[in-house]
Amino acid sequence: MVLKAFFPTCCAAADSGLLVGRWVPEQSSAVVLAVVHFPFIPVQVKALLAQVHQASQVGVAVLGTWCHRRQEAEESLDHFLEGLGAIFFHEPWLQLCRERGSKFWSCKATRRQGPGRPGAPCEDQVMLVFYDQRKVLLSQLHPPAALPDRPAGDAAAGAGGLAAVFDTVARSEVLFRSDRFDEGPVRLSHWQSEGVEASILAELAKRASGPVCLLLSSLLSLVSAASTCRLLRLWPLPFLWSKLSTCGQLRHRLEQLALVFSTQKAENPTQLMRKANVLISVLLDVALGLALLSWLHRKDRIGQLAEALVPVADRVAEELQHLLQWLMGAPAGLKMNRALDQVLGRFFLYHLHLWISYIHLMSPFIERILWHVGLSACLGLTVALSILSDIIALLTFHIYCFYVYGARLYCLKICGLSSLWRLFRGKKWNVLRQRVDSCSYDLDQLFIGTLLFTILLFLLPTTALYYLVFTLLRLLVVAVQGLIHVLVDLINSLPLYSLGLRLCRPYRLAAGVKFRVLEHEAGRPLRLLMQINPLPYGRVVHAYRLPSCGCHPTHSWGSLCRKLFFGELIYPWRQRGDKQD
Amino acid sequence: MEDEQSFSDICGGRLSLQRRYYSPTCREFCISCPRLSLRSLTAVTCTVWLAAYGLFTLFENSMILSAAIFITLLGLLGYLHFVKIDQESLLIIDSLGIQMTSSYASGKESTTFFEMGQVKDVVINEAIYMQKVIYYLCILLKDPVEPHRISQVVPVFQSAKPRLDCLIEVYRSCQEVLAHQKATPASA
Repeated sequence: MVLKAFFPTCCAAADSGLLVGRWVPEQSSAVVLAVVHFPFIPVQVKALLAQVHQASQVGVAVLGTWCHRRQEAEESLDHFLEGLGAIFFHEPWLQLCRERGSKFWSCKATRRQGPGRPGAPCEDQVMLVFYDQRKVLLSQLHPPAALPDRPAGDAAAGAGGLAAVFDTVARSEVLFRSDRFDEGPVRLSHWQSEGVEASILAELAKRASGPVCLLLSSLLSLVSAASTCRLLRLWPLPFLWSKLSTCGQLRHRLEQLALVFSTQKAENPTQLMRKANVLISVLLDVALGLALLSWLHRKDRIGQLAEALVPVADRVAEELQHLLQWLMGAPAGLKMNRALDQVLGRFFLYHLHLWISYIHLMSPFIERILWHVGLSACLGLTVALSILSDIIALLTFHIYCFYVYGARLYCLKICGLSSLWRLFRGKKWNVLRQRVDSCSYDLDQLFIGTLLFTILLFLLPTTALYYLVFTLLRLLVVAVQGLIHVLVDLINSLPLYSLGLRLCRPYRLAAGVKFRVLEHEAGRPLRLLMQINPLPYGRVVHAYRLPSCGCHPTHSWGSLCRKLFFGELIYPWRQRGDKQD
Repeated sequence: MEDEQSFSDICGGRLSLQRRYYSPTCREFCISCPRLSLRSLTAVTCTVWLAAYGLFTLFENSMILSAAIFITLLGLLGYLHFVKIDQESLLIIDSLGIQMTSSYASGKESTTFFEMGQVKDVVINEAIYMQKVIYYLCILLKDPVEPHRISQVVPVFQSAKPRLDCLIEVYRSCQEVLAHQKATPASA
């Protein structure tokens, strides 16, 4: 196999010395991590390598020599370098050489014992792969989605040679801590040899984060303890909390904040990304909420909103009244059963009248309530949107009631019709066997059954029409609420930190690598440049999506249509963890 | 060592295959597709603007015209950046892997690299495409758990769609490199 030498681009201009790195025998590749310069004492070099090995668990060793000829004909250096092969034994021994001003290098890899011919040294073909050490150190490889029936540990092992290179460089960070200003016994050349990179702000933030996290996590635990206190568990309140989406959203945010400010350190990069994503998402949410708040309070928009609310509710009620009058007449030219029509129409009209009176009763307090509710926007835009969705639900409560009445009536009618239809044909539903069986009825049973069947059948169009109209209205309200929920979900689950990282530092999130063949001369070893292939945006979102509130529609279209046809009540926006009806 | 030959694709358009032979173990094949023709661009722009002008005379709103200009510009930029592929290349390096690159007309490049450990073989497959039977070159990837199973088939030169004669050239060169790789298996 061709021997691959991974050489860091930062060492290409370094002075002559020893190559230090890791040899991966399965891939026949040598990952060069640093160059040790003259003068050095071999014992000290070996001690440093043992230290690095202990600290990082990476098998660092001297792989060969590096010769950068500044002047012509430095043969003494060549002999010296060859002699080093005796002190630092490694199989195979790599010798890289570069002429001054030339782009092409010469590489040799010798083995003391070639395969099949013990005792005779042999040479391997060498391929040079240049890599940017800093980018490979900081990047994180994202292998394509592992199959679900395989444990995650296997995937890492089977990922191949390039993952080994990334792993080696990432774990050898301890080797890169010394720079040329250190007074150590050994002089190294690597990506940080011009001076270790650090930022004062980052260091200060790291020091401050400890106590701040402690304080905030204790505050959050206090808040969550208060929310689970006994008073709030009295009967009507848990029912209310489960119905309001605001409480769900607040609980979700509380959980996320507890995760971010927990005093445990993140175990792996995925957890760190998740924490960062959650933090940025919460900050953006609060910023948008504050912007909304300032917009609402400017020019007294809250007052305008409150003033407009009651007339809008009145208008909606008026339209509903017109609708009911229309249904009580001859809607769309259909002929309704007069008596049932009048009964249902008057019932609904009375209900509407009660609702309007209630709204008028509440109208003096609306502005105060809206003002206080508007303040909650400072907790975040998602909270404000959830409150909006809840307000819409409360204001259209009468539509919900009408839908429930219509649906129950229709459902009863359909049940009665289906059972009497069976009687009409001489069959019965066997509860024990859960199937339809034939049954001989008495004459009077048949007579009454057929009579009731006829009555129900001819009253069906009226009930069906009321049911249809109110179901459509209810679906409209549900659609509006659904739209708001989708927006809230989007803000909750979008991984903004990962997207920003992909935009500004694309090498941090790597899908793989790409190679470019550099200028080539016949007879010289092949030179390749390895660059990082960044992860596409779709995969970034897919990999780092935050878990959302879980308000997904639980029905498919088919089951929804079926439920609508049979008059069963639909609850399209169930919270995760609610009992199914 | 470079070599250029011209072939045709399955619809009869002209393609040019550039072969670069860096070493016995490293070869690159670039297929350049025909460029965006001025005729089709002019035709599309004229159609869109005529339609916009028709709507303008109907509605007397000058926003329609500016919207049409925006749509044409954005559509052209989107087409050049996301749809029109100028060149597709295949780089095969013994003991490293196979790399496929597509360069779009706007300069964007999208690259996929498969390590040699994952590659089982490179074959020419037959397929039924609309009303034709065509040949395409594809890379067979193996399952790391079960080496005898093929986990994925990756077609190469999907937008250039060269004919069999071009594919045979590429196939022969790839098989030479792969044979070389199989002859010298990894040393333990």
